[in-house]
Amino acid sequence: MATTRSVTLRVNGLEYEHSVEVRKTLVDFLREDLGLVGTHVGCEHGVCGACTILFNGETARSCIMLAVQADGAELMTVEGLASPEGKLDVIQESFRDEHGLQCGFCTPGFLMTTYELLHTIPDPTIDEIKDWLSGNICRCTGYKDILESVQLAAARLRGEDPLPTSQREHDAS
Amino acid sequence: MKPARFDYYDPRTLAEAVAIRQEHGDESTVLAGGQSLMPMMNMRLARPVVVVDVNRVADSAYVRDWNGGVAIGMTTRQRMLMQHPLLTARVPLLGEAAQYIGHPQIRSRGTVCGSLAHADPAAELPTVAVALDAQLVAAGPHGQRLIAAADFFVDVYTTSLKPDEVLTEVRFPVLPADMVWSFLEVSRRHGDFAMVGAVTGIAVDQARNVITGARLVFCGVGATPRRVVEAENALLGQAPGEAAFAAAAALVSQGVDPHNDLHASVAYRRSVAGTLTKRGLAQALATLAA
Repeated sequence: MATTRSVTLRVNGLEYEHSVEVRKTLVDFLREDLGLVGTHVGCEHGVCGACTILFNGETARSCIMLAVQADGAELMTVEGLASPEGKLDVIQESFRDEHGLQCGFCTPGFLMTTYELLHTIPDPTIDEIKDWLSGNICRCTGYKDILESVQLAAARLRGEDPLPTSQREHDAS
Repeated sequence: MKPARFDYYDPRTLAEAVAIRQEHGDESTVLAGGQSLMPMMNMRLARPVVVVDVNRVADSAYVRDWNGGVAIGMTTRQRMLMQHPLLTARVPLLGEAAQYIGHPQIRSRGTVCGSLAHADPAAELPTVAVALDAQLVAAGPHGQRLIAAADFFVDVYTTSLKPDEVLTEVRFPVLPADMVWSFLEVSRRHGDFAMVGAVTGIAVDQARNVITGARLVFCGVGATPRRVVEAENALLGQAPGEAAFAAAAALVSQGVDPHNDLHASVAYRRSVAGTLTKRGLAQALATLAA
């Protein structure tokens, strides 16, 4: 029985080669074999979105993929968003500025989904944002600040520089 | 929540995939998008001895012309239903239905053929396949077998595919020129499994103001997609409008045989099936006026 396979893949621009049990899920491989613990394990059956990564440029739920399926693939995880020197990317800064996270457990999944959304639709409507983000669940925030984070990131990626909603609300009170 | 041990193959050709299926039969399971199968394997509701991963089979992710209709390959992803120009032009109903399939991440990996082969009673694509008289293509050791959609869905998670076969293609014929369609679904939250979903199709002779064709197929009201022929027949010859649609809806509510479960009662599913009949027919009809 072929129970292990060799897997070669690129993650966040770096190449890795590992031997892996064929039944190991991709999220477990990323966390345990590659030490990339930014991708989180929530439900382990594809409903919560905490495990969301980019697989050859498209968001995918890594808890319901096998590591062996990533052989030859190009992945991006949340660790790939910030610069190597640690400067946050625009989406991460926007989540910070709009208080789009509390415990942070769901956040890597939301960041990766937002990354694909804004690279596909630079000026999304609120309904498009809600539809795109519908596969990511958050138990803390009530989603309002997450939606505003995405809107702020979209504006900034378009070269605009609006005042964050949270700042406007603070100033008005 | 990790899968039980299994032997894994990722064949590069269809012939290899069929050979593996022939050798292992019902101890093997085909893995395509994995959006339904992997959760079941993680929860150990599915424990295949052999997994046949078909994602690397060459030339299997196509969308192409088929006699003026469309043929969709084994590993074509569901998101293509909303994006591929051949599909949006010739079978837009598939794209409408696909919007109800889970979430974007699911549609990026999930495959059209995989959804059909998995045959979940609440799934959207089997219902559209039945409504549009799709043809399924199964590859086995003895060659290709063509299966009409009406004969393909046998029971919950059960199709007429044999254990040594692989579903390689689904074909949608040219749609009847005079038919307009809608797809509607009710679920608890956006992206959840359908409690009830409805494909409604209607053809109207506008000069005589008379319904000349109707198709009503539902998911979530039985083990397999349910076409309610008695309601279709009741519409023929009627003037299109509220009265005819309400009569059809009543026949649908009575005609379907849904089950009770955690998400919805029998009574509720019957009611929703009727409501979606009326709404769907009205929505489809409105596209004629536009």
